[in-house]
Amino acid sequence: MMKLDPKIPPGPLETKWDRRRFSEKLVSPTNKRKITVIVVGTGLAGASAASTLGQLGYQVECFCFQDSPRRAHSIAAQGGINAAKNYQDDGDSVGRLFYDTIKGGDFRSREANVYRLAQVSTQIIDQCVALGIPFAREYGGQLANRSFGGVQVSRTFYCRGQTGQQLLLGAYSALCWQIDRGQVIMRPRTEMLDLVVVDGRARGIVVRDLVTGRLSVQTAHAVVLATGGYSNVYYLSTNASGSNVTATYRAWKQGAAFANPCFTQIHPTAIPPGDACQAKLTLMSESLRNDGRLWVPKMARDQRSSEDIPEAERDYFLERRYPRFGNLAPRDLASRAVKAVCDEGRGVGPGGHGVYLDFADVIAQQGVDVVRERYGNLFDMYQRITGEDAYRVPMRIYPAPHYTMGGLWVDYNLMSTIPGLFVIGEANFADHGANRLGASSLMQGLADGYFILPYTISHYLATVALSLIRDDHKESRAALRRVTSRISRLLNSKGYRTAASFHREVGKLLWNHCGMSRNAEGLKSALTAIPLLREEFWRNVMVPGSGEVFNQELEYAGRVADYLEFAELLCHDALHREESCGAHFREEYQRDEGEPQRDDGRFAHVAAWESREGESPILHKEPLAFEFVQPTTRSYQ
Amino acid sequence: MRFTLNIWRQNGPDEKGRFVTYEAHDVSSGMSFLEMLDSVNQGLIAKGEEPVAFEQDCREGICGSCSLVINGIPHGPDRGITSCQLYMRRFSDGAVITIEPWRARAFPIIKDLVVDRRALDRIMQAGGYISVHTGGAVDGNVLLISKDQAETAMDAASCIGCGACVAACKNASAMLFVAAKVSHLALLPQGKPERTRRVKTMLEAMDREGFGSCGNQNECEAVCPKRISVRFIARFNREYLRAGIVESGLPAEPESPHAEST
Ligand SMILES: Cc1cc2nc3c(=O)[nH]c(=O)nc-3n(C[C@H](O)[C@H](O)[C@H](O)COP(=O)(O)OP(=O)(O)OC[C@H]3O[C@@H](n4cnc5c(N)ncnc54)[C@H](O)[C@@H]3O)c2cc1C
Ligand code: FES
Repeated sequence: MMKLDPKIPPGPLETKWDRRRFSEKLVSPTNKRKITVIVVGTGLAGASAASTLGQLGYQVECFCFQDSPRRAHSIAAQGGINAAKNYQDDGDSVGRLFYDTIKGGDFRSREANVYRLAQVSTQIIDQCVALGIPFAREYGGQLANRSFGGVQVSRTFYCRGQTGQQLLLGAYSALCWQIDRGQVIMRPRTEMLDLVVVDGRARGIVVRDLVTGRLSVQTAHAVVLATGGYSNVYYLSTNASGSNVTATYRAWKQGAAFANPCFTQIHPTAIPPGDACQAKLTLMSESLRNDGRLWVPKMARDQRSSEDIPEAERDYFLERRYPRFGNLAPRDLASRAVKAVCDEGRGVGPGGHGVYLDFADVIAQQGVDVVRERYGNLFDMYQRITGEDAYRVPMRIYPAPHYTMGGLWVDYNLMSTIPGLFVIGEANFADHGANRLGASSLMQGLADGYFILPYTISHYLATVALSLIRDDHKESRAALRRVTSRISRLLNSKGYRTAASFHREVGKLLWNHCGMSRNAEGLKSALTAIPLLREEFWRNVMVPGSGEVFNQELEYAGRVADYLEFAELLCHDALHREESCGAHFREEYQRDEGEPQRDDGRFAHVAAWESREGESPILHKEPLAFEFVQPTTRSYQ
Repeated sequence: MRFTLNIWRQNGPDEKGRFVTYEAHDVSSGMSFLEMLDSVNQGLIAKGEEPVAFEQDCREGICGSCSLVINGIPHGPDRGITSCQLYMRRFSDGAVITIEPWRARAFPIIKDLVVDRRALDRIMQAGGYISVHTGGAVDGNVLLISKDQAETAMDAASCIGCGACVAACKNASAMLFVAAKVSHLALLPQGKPERTRRVKTMLEAMDREGFGSCGNQNECEAVCPKRISVRFIARFNREYLRAGIVESGLPAEPESPHAEST
């Protein structure tokens, strides 16, 4: 029977983390040298963790599937990173960042975790400056800030539109230092395909060398997963095409609980999908909503072009629905509002999948040069992709799967239900509840990797006695066999359909039934359709080539196979949660005008799912107690 | 639209490669170059043939994975973008397009259009960092950095490590890549303590990896998707000279922080 013990330190919120750190056991420097830790992933979370663990003296084995650790998906984050520095003296504080984050998550996250995140946020900025990250500066030489999605203070630090890139390159440079010192062995182009659990503890992984195709087992004293989110289960998303669920899903199959998989964030401002061959959706930074106004025609199926629709016949729907926040309403509300007007037949552009994001007013008031200075690169990008000039005609945008709040369940120490398996960054479920605020994922990834995991993993390593295990231990061999048989099944199927065609199909199914809004009937129909699709996949998928070589199609087909299983877990979770909260909107549970109806009596819990071979997963609940804040209705009207 | 593609196919580093011709049909002008290749590959896979291997991940010009020489030019005909940011409306219907991998001694071919670029990582490991421990950093506003200085550092730091500069250079030099990193860190107060050592070790690593030396032809700047300026190579040369002076024991001149922040 799985036990969910969040291990939250008792006592006042403000001192929980300090007290935990003080009570943690330490590993002596000589022993550290004898301890190996595996870190899978080199995004913000993985790179910061691997480099810090290396500095501390552990032997680190680090893996990523890209050709270089610097290319992890974190590189693509644009907008910025939050921190409660209060440099602007606009009333920000650790307490306020904590409150904004927990309210933004619609009261579905742990108070203690979120408070700690807000506390360490300030250290992150200092650390990043020390690493040479060229943050934007004021003329006086101080760090600059901007305000970002759904909050009323300016606490976001940024490097032009490339904040993720700069933060990642900083963490990558710290990693390079440890590689140079021999503390970290970096293995790029290596994919984790399974977890090795020995006597109930995570002790290694099975990896495939993507160049030679060779499979091997890597053992260690502990395993850290920093493998990012699973938005690509929807096929089209803003994530990099390699982002996947394989590592966390395989760990789930080996006994790690998966928490809140149905909390998936759909970002309101991406460029609308074009034709069937489209491979990804491009995000347009949320910052555009600071100056752009969203609107659609008041009349359904209005075929006129935007400039022919007079002011009185336009519906500025966010300003109308959320007068206080207007176009800056939080992501989940904005996305749903966009969907609602499109469902009414008022969407614009091909297929009616789009709304206008109009800059005419700000251009008229402040001049085109001001707009060009602020958003020039985004306007250029928009033009390159769509061929349209957004200085003259309004942009068209549409929501896109973007981030996943759900992930492997972890306790306050970031350890999963498998002892010795730690999960950090987007791959865990911990801090964002049912909805993540802008600029807070980069913060969480670096908080986990630089400042939290290095403490908590040391305590684990100091308090368990682990004997050395060999690469040919029976559990290692069993894990290796699981991977081998899966790969040969993929290669031997020799059907006629490409893996991408299945990926597109399951993505569409989820988008329709488990996307921005969900209902029991749709979810049940998806739960019937997914197993059929999966069966067809194994019968009819075509993967050319062999396993012992560089074979990109084999890599991809393996990921699609996991999406086809994971999709079911997503729907189970969405079906169980009979309430609307954050990004999870159940049509049956809404108040007037489509406002979500949360049900704290029945659903103030983390839903943690346990895997069972060949049967439906089992639900476990971690109750969420709110001692320091009062859950309120999240009103932005 | 339709296109004739001449694509370089090569099974492994030691195999002989050759051009193979493919036809791309039903291409819409709004498709990206990589989506066009995807659709060719989908056709090959469905027939049980091996798809063309090429590298990609973010598909928005920031990860540095994609690396195609298109009609002889790294990242194709437009300046300031990566291969994944190129759209088919840029080509005329019926055009013949040649697609090759990066070619350089330091970048052995793995398969088809995929090359091994780990040499760039090894250069970074030789000194492209600031040795600062996690924790204990001073407040981010203790050291003020002028806006100009920060912006210039950011110009250099925006390198995505794709290696187009190497692929475009007759000598297959990685000078622009190295110079961008050396400049980025030398421009910031946090990077100054190690600047003398850094410039030397990174240059040595570049030589060791088999990259050529800079011939001052500026092809690198012309193909850089982030438009990184060759001015940073001039800055690198000054940094290198300065390191030599410092090591010889002579006092290096105090720098005026704003002199070069154009
Ligand atoms: C377009 C875009 C813009 C964004 N902008 C912002 C923003 O402005 N602010 C903000 O806070 N957040 C932003 N986000 C969210 C944020 O970027 C991500 O949530 C965050 O970077 C995730 O970091 P990570 O370290 O957890 O994982 P990732 O960066 O996704 O890294 C995952 C790592 O795991 C490795 N990996 C995965 N699977 C395997 C496997 N099976 N075997 C081996 N290795 C594996 C990969 O190689 C990679 O190194 C944005 C996201 C997108 C898509
Ligand atoms: S795929 Fe990332 S830069 Fe082209």
